[in-house]
Amino acid sequence: MNDVLDVALRLLALLVAFLVLPLLVGQTEHKVMAHMQGRLGPMYAGGFHGWAQLVADGVKFAQKEDIVPAGADRRIFQLAPAVALLPYLLVLVAIPIGPGGAVGETIDAGIFFALAVMGVGVLGSLMAGWASANKFSLLGGLRTAAQLMAYELPMLLAAASVAMAAGTVSLPGILDAFEWWWVPWQIVGGLVFFTAGLAELQRPPFDAPVADSEIIFGAYTEYTGLRFALFLLAEYAGIVILCGLTTVLFLGGWHGPFSGDVGWLWTLLKTAVLAFVVIWLRVSYPRLREDQLQKLAWTCLIPLSLAQIALTGVVKVVIS
Amino acid sequence: MGIPGSGLAKGLAVTLRTMTRRSHTAQYPEVQPELPPRTRGVIGLFEENCTVCMLCARECPDWCIYIDSHKETAPPAAPGGRERSRNVLDRFAIDFALCMYCGICIEVCPFDALFWSPEFEYAEEDIRDLTHERDKLREWMWTVPAPPALDPAAEEPKEIGAARKAAEKQAAAEAKAAEEAKAAEEAKAAEAAKAAEAADAADANDGTNGAAS
Repeated sequence: MNDVLDVALRLLALLVAFLVLPLLVGQTEHKVMAHMQGRLGPMYAGGFHGWAQLVADGVKFAQKEDIVPAGADRRIFQLAPAVALLPYLLVLVAIPIGPGGAVGETIDAGIFFALAVMGVGVLGSLMAGWASANKFSLLGGLRTAAQLMAYELPMLLAAASVAMAAGTVSLPGILDAFEWWWVPWQIVGGLVFFTAGLAELQRPPFDAPVADSEIIFGAYTEYTGLRFALFLLAEYAGIVILCGLTTVLFLGGWHGPFSGDVGWLWTLLKTAVLAFVVIWLRVSYPRLREDQLQKLAWTCLIPLSLAQIALTGVVKVVIS
Repeated sequence: MGIPGSGLAKGLAVTLRTMTRRSHTAQYPEVQPELPPRTRGVIGLFEENCTVCMLCARECPDWCIYIDSHKETAPPAAPGGRERSRNVLDRFAIDFALCMYCGICIEVCPFDALFWSPEFEYAEEDIRDLTHERDKLREWMWTVPAPPALDPAAEEPKEIGAARKAAEKQAAAEAKAAEEAKAAEEAKAAEAAKAAEAADAADANDGTNGAAS
């Protein structure tokens, strides 16, 4: 009985975090982006500095008609938003927040689980692009596929470097083994992981697959109402997951002063800083062209991540 | 050029610096804009100055000014004189749907009856409601700002010079009148004194005469 209660509580906390954190990131993006462009951003919804803007957006999306194009593959088209969103909820289960089992579920092969399931999230865009029966959507879907191929590899290699350093693939295990000097040691891998993760989320400057000004939101062109909102939510949930994973793998998760008491706060703080960086990059950089995207992945990120693995191996052998 | 990637860092620095500065958004309905003093918002009519000369209506490139008037006669000022006639304004309306805010009517008005006002919140739902009549135009006169002060080294306006000249003339005339009055009084006093002296002398003469006679 106690176990059931424990599981239920953990799942409830996860669900709340999954519903609140992406909205928090979205609202922060509204405000930070606005101020970086010399604007104020939303000011009316909710009364105080537009804090309820995303709630209002959600209400608006819920009111809209749910349209499925006549030529679309109905079943796949309707399923795609769920496929895009749910994997992130599953990854959230595996991310440790604080020391001593503050995690949804300890998974022994945590890195593999997280990266594999995150890859599934991209399938949602692929399904949407193919099922929409729209040439822009198809282009977007194909670009998504190409991007997934190119950036999954450096991401995996960078994560493998951390796993080598810790000697385990379990996320809490990695954090238990963490020492502060891992940060400079794994910094290149961290940058590669974060960049590749951005590309996988199709966030600017790697947003050629959605590119609203050239292929009209790519795979999401034909989506309306709640299904479109789910895709947007998936993007922000993806930011939370990516920042959380980067925190756990490369920034030492809950480690920090007084980590025994407020470890979870350190995790959240580091994740928030990374989320800010994600928004900052979006505001600062223009979109990469499709060929530039591929070139960056294959000629820059993959060699860098391989070099990181070599460095990790050498250091590991030297100190043992 | 410099270090590779320095451009990327510069881009990040620009956005971060912008974030720390005040934003430029005008929060208009909550905060009224600070408009420059010569803003062309709306045209106000100071109808007390209007003589219905029709110059504004004739010069208007859009023909957006409507003026109606009638003639009134006043009785002669002096008996037997000619009757005085003047124009009385019946209607003065500006169609702001046609107006292109060129300000020619204001420039051309010889009697300073038209003014620019910075007031701009007079949108209407129907285009026909944009023809504003004289009462509305008169109301807008209250929003006309005071004319800007002259430069310290500017030439004195003609009106002030003329007024001063008139005042000086009047003061001089008054002073002259006062002086004349004073002189007349003195003369009078002197005359009176002389007369008194003469009377005394006459009295003495009388005495002597009396004594003699």
